[in-house]
Amino acid sequence: MKDLTDLALDTARARGATYADIRIVHRRTQNVAVRNGAVTGLAESETLGFGVRVIASGAWGFAASSRLTRQEVERVAAEAVEIARASSTVGKEPVDIGPPEVHVATYRTPFRMDPFAVPLETKLALLMAADEGMRRVKGVRVAQGSVVSWLERKTFASTEGSFIEQELMETGGGIVAYAVGDGEIQQRSYPNSFARDQRTGGWEVVEEMDLPGNAERVASEAVALLTADPCPCRVTTLILGSTQLALQVHESCGHPTELDRVFGSEAAYAGTSFLTPEKLGTFRYGSPIVNLTADATIPGGLGTFGYDDEGVPAQRVPLVREGIFVGYLSSRETAVRLARLRGEDPAAAHSGGAMRASGWDRIPLVRMTNINLEPGEWSFDDLVADTQEGIYMETNRSWSIDDRRLNFQFGTEIAYEIRGGRMVRLLKNALYTGITPQFWGSCDAICDASHWRVWGTPNCGKGQPGQIAHTGHGAAPARFRDVQVGVIRNT
Amino acid sequence: MIGETAIREIVHRVFAASRAEETEVVFFGLEERLTRFANNVIHQNVAESDAVIVVRAAVGRSVGVATTNDLRTEGLERVAEAAVAACRAEPAPEDPDYPGLPEPTDVEPVAAFDERTAAYTPADRARDVGEICRQAEEAGVNASGAFSTGLYEFAVANSHGLFVYHPTTGADLTTVVMTDSSAGYAAGASWKVEEVNVAELGREAIQRALRGRDPRPLEPGVYPVVLEPYAVMDIVSFLSQMAGGMQVMEGRSWMSDRQGELLVSPLISIWDDGRDPAGWPLPFDFEGVPRRRVEIIREGIVGDAVYDRRWAKKGNAPVTGHAMPAVNPFSPWLSAGMMGPLPLHPVMGAGEHTLEEMIASTQRGLYITRFHYTRVVHPREAVVTGMTRDGTFLIENGEVTTPVRNLRFTQSYVEALRGAEMVGQELRCERSGLFMTRAPALKLSAFHFTGTTTF
Repeated sequence: MKDLTDLALDTARARGATYADIRIVHRRTQNVAVRNGAVTGLAESETLGFGVRVIASGAWGFAASSRLTRQEVERVAAEAVEIARASSTVGKEPVDIGPPEVHVATYRTPFRMDPFAVPLETKLALLMAADEGMRRVKGVRVAQGSVVSWLERKTFASTEGSFIEQELMETGGGIVAYAVGDGEIQQRSYPNSFARDQRTGGWEVVEEMDLPGNAERVASEAVALLTADPCPCRVTTLILGSTQLALQVHESCGHPTELDRVFGSEAAYAGTSFLTPEKLGTFRYGSPIVNLTADATIPGGLGTFGYDDEGVPAQRVPLVREGIFVGYLSSRETAVRLARLRGEDPAAAHSGGAMRASGWDRIPLVRMTNINLEPGEWSFDDLVADTQEGIYMETNRSWSIDDRRLNFQFGTEIAYEIRGGRMVRLLKNALYTGITPQFWGSCDAICDASHWRVWGTPNCGKGQPGQIAHTGHGAAPARFRDVQVGVIRNT
Repeated sequence: MIGETAIREIVHRVFAASRAEETEVVFFGLEERLTRFANNVIHQNVAESDAVIVVRAAVGRSVGVATTNDLRTEGLERVAEAAVAACRAEPAPEDPDYPGLPEPTDVEPVAAFDERTAAYTPADRARDVGEICRQAEEAGVNASGAFSTGLYEFAVANSHGLFVYHPTTGADLTTVVMTDSSAGYAAGASWKVEEVNVAELGREAIQRALRGRDPRPLEPGVYPVVLEPYAVMDIVSFLSQMAGGMQVMEGRSWMSDRQGELLVSPLISIWDDGRDPAGWPLPFDFEGVPRRRVEIIREGIVGDAVYDRRWAKKGNAPVTGHAMPAVNPFSPWLSAGMMGPLPLHPVMGAGEHTLEEMIASTQRGLYITRFHYTRVVHPREAVVTGMTRDGTFLIENGEVTTPVRNLRFTQSYVEALRGAEMVGQELRCERSGLFMTRAPALKLSAFHFTGTTTF
């Protein structure tokens, strides 16, 4: 492999690049899916290729190819330089990526059971058992389940002297039941929506889910929701379960702290951010109990790795401390730019290690790692008992937020009315809406570490051309006061 | 570009290596280049070359799928073996609805390949987006966006002798221009780069941004709206993506059990036509079946869903040529197992009115450029929530009077189209992955806005 990385870097340098890196990535995935008793997905996929990123004439260029031959490596490295020169014709300041990052290292995801070594029969038997469990419940129209195995081997090398080899493994799975009746459609997913939960690790991730053991419960909930009362429309106290809270963190903290968005790089697509640089260190993002952290080092997170895709080590970076906005997700280039803007020494600016590419064919962007709401002190039972009137919502069904990440509206699969410290009534079609800093400012209780866990979001879209990132979000249930719920007119 | 001859050779090597009773190969090839700009400079500039095959192998009613982009002989042998191996579990992993692979059918080609687009260089794209950046600098505003050009090859072959091949090109521009208090948007797409007028689209976005400066807050509520085609494309996209036979048959669509019913205004017609050269044609589906035009809504009446062979058989409906790939290497969420058949080329038919006539006929309402981050809240009535973005204006007494801050809506798209009053004369289009959506401007009598934001 080193002969090819050397060839790419030498070619780029010879063509005039002042910096170059190459990533060679091989990914293998396996998807097994069952739907209403039939095996509808048995898929093995692999993709292999490389991407060369260069700075030439003070501008970025990137080219990628799936043909891993010496001739193609030379061609692509030269093309990347040619593209950078074209970029420089519409530029102002030369790109500055700050002090060198030089690392020679390896990293491998820890796991107990290789998911690719688990027999197909075992996976099918597990999914069929869950499928049968869901379809035993009268009123279920569609039952489906799937398990996913993912292994990515990647080599990174740069003209600064880095050579990093990583092996990242992910495993995921999930089930969903749909119930249909009298113009109503309801769904319940387990353990999370978007078809599955996913974590770094091996087959033990799926075994811990106990999909068959939860099948009848989620199916029964989907059917019960058909005739449940609709979520009322009012301002009330809201308790969010940890899966929904994980997505709330993703959308209203993760994305607005991406420093490339802040600097306008995503303006034409996903948008910008309300967390502009002058707010850093002073802006009250949430209540004093709110602590949010980007942590690429925790076990099991989908944003856990050894080094990011520009060769910067995984880190733990505070984003919100005691309610105050204190940090960004950053790259080498954006860290330098922020330092200059704040009058700090750009030569001392270091990336937070959040540059991630969705594959060999995409340039790294500032992406979430594991964005975590740190645990509080409450037990969940005490939190509900302490709530006289409110609504509990769990498992995302719809999600939307404006292009500066302020006005959001989320819908959940299931909700319960809380009265007198008890969950008393099942509710359907639940929605809540708010403005990000007001919402987090109303957070008055977070459950403790025994309720905290990291969830995977394997479907985070960003960038042009589009990239799908796998991000992690740790959360425990939390309570928010004076939240608008139920804006939908129930049909 | 790999070319038909080389793709036939690849396919034959897979067939030779396959031990399945039936084998299918779907080929996706692309040479795609994209230039991205922000703050009036190019900040990303990328090129990608890839070719992927998706192999579907059937043994009885057990069907395995494997994909690879390793097109060397050993890669092709490995992918053929992997697809078959997936069928060999005990007990056999049966799919009782598997309809078998189709027999060869004549597919009339549709020309959609433009040499100039295929040959477009980084310097060409830099020159074009440089013109937007220059205009923006002169106007004192901040331009961002992406301009992509590429060539694509699609082929489907199976062991019954079917082989179809379609080379095509594409060019796409999206741009957002920002002032200190506003933004403007413009976009265009075609398979011919010369039909994407980059400079003109840049001017459109700049003018919209300048016009939107200093927006004032507006109370949420129910307003008549005049929608630019960019916003209407979102409506067309949502409704058509719920027109797949799987969702309709399972009762999870706004169309379920409503075929033949007058559901929306008779001014509204939506269809899917994969052969129309005015869009981004792809004359066959991912089983190699010819695409048929399907009327999803005809003059307000709910028409037909789109079907692949599996769901047509289950629903006793005609096959319309809308199969998705068993595995979609570029959009995993849009595979056949996840979504069933889908329309990729939806169009809302044009009407008789100009945008100016729509505005002039509105006493008090909103003129909206586009929607942002729209998601289904409830599928049966196609209730969608989202934000307005990049140019929202108040209409008073038949004139656009003032920009307003962006609003959140929570609205049934079906109900909204029931109140369609005027349909625009001109269709515009945008491409997203395999989808090309075309739509005119619309005037709707009522739209429910349920929240506001701060800008």
